[in-house]
Amino acid sequence: MRQTTPQADFLRGIWRENPVLIQMLGLCPALAVTNTVANSIAMGVATFFVLMGSSLLVSTFKRWIPHEVRISTYVLIIATFVTIADMLLEAAVPTVHKALGAFVGLIVVNCMILGRQEAFASKQPIGRSLLDAAGTGLGFMLALLMMGAVREVLGNGTFLGFSLFGPNFEPWVIMILPPGGFLTLGLWLLVLSWIERRRAESAKVAEWPAGVAQRRAA
Amino acid sequence: MENLIWILLSAMVVNNFTLALFLGLCPFMGVSARVETALRMGLANIFVLTITSLCAWFLNAFVLPHAPYLRLISFIVVIASLVQIVEIVIKKVSPALFRQLGIFLPLITTNCAILGLAIFQTNRGYGLVEGLFFAVGAGLGLTLALVLMASIRENAELASVPELAKGMALVLIIAGSLSLAFMGFAGLLSSA
Repeated sequence: MRQTTPQADFLRGIWRENPVLIQMLGLCPALAVTNTVANSIAMGVATFFVLMGSSLLVSTFKRWIPHEVRISTYVLIIATFVTIADMLLEAAVPTVHKALGAFVGLIVVNCMILGRQEAFASKQPIGRSLLDAAGTGLGFMLALLMMGAVREVLGNGTFLGFSLFGPNFEPWVIMILPPGGFLTLGLWLLVLSWIERRRAESAKVAEWPAGVAQRRAA
Repeated sequence: MENLIWILLSAMVVNNFTLALFLGLCPFMGVSARVETALRMGLANIFVLTITSLCAWFLNAFVLPHAPYLRLISFIVVIASLVQIVEIVIKKVSPALFRQLGIFLPLITTNCAILGLAIFQTNRGYGLVEGLFFAVGAGLGLTLALVLMASIRENAELASVPELAKGMALVLIIAGSLSLAFMGFAGLLSSA
């Protein structure tokens, strides 16, 4: 396995290997609950909490988890943290909990979380695993916010409930309905690949992988 | 009886698991390149969903009243183990069926549609028969969405698509249009 710096572990998940936009993991929540910014934030925070908790436990106990039943063990650990998150949300912000509905429970089957356990936390020391989890969790939150902002602004004319365009704005209702989720993510992917191509053309370093070029520039 | 038919239809088209509720997106994106594979994936889904519905009903009726905080954990553990057992049985009893469905079964078990079905069934308070109709409807809906998607993608391969849109962006925009088409079924439910 390639050696990485702690900084790279943290930064990688936020943008260059963003779980939703690049790896296409955790799509269910990214499409289902992003019809308002508030819901996106709540889902992002809950997932962040579950990811940090699971990575901490998996990384701590990696020596004692038998290889044959590791996936089931990870799922059990994740399910435990999701149950905690579910109860905390219900107690602290009942309205948001109601709006998210079944999707809080469905954090268990968010493949991004299981993926980080299998790919990282089960092999790395605790500190590194927490950094990796924090980066990935923030990347997930960022992607949800990008989805939620576009959908709420266009679909409802508001941002976090504040009206942006005044009463004459005709909301694009379709954006807060299910088709809007698919379309918004599709459009974001188009924008990202367009930016990526622009950068590749202007940097004239096409023979380097994109990541190398970015790191040199930083 | 009429009520049961509505549960089935509603889960199948009006609240289609994939296109309206975003459940089971991984197979929807991953296994929808060929119609034949998509169809087999759909059948395997109907099968696992039915087992899930039985499990969820059993847990809801006999176990969870005593320990409600175990809901998520028990759903996922019981469903995963039962599917595993059924997989072993099928392999023994009918190797032909196993070859058709087998490779998909482990993939499906941790699919959000499965846990989603168990949670929805619980939240809506469905009994045994209602749950089974709900599961079959949801499974048929998933199959329908998968096969439609696969047919479109098979044709889209021959179309000239801009370089930028190739891959996931195109799939998502097609899914958006399909989802839009399925919104048309919303009127069905209000007349019920």
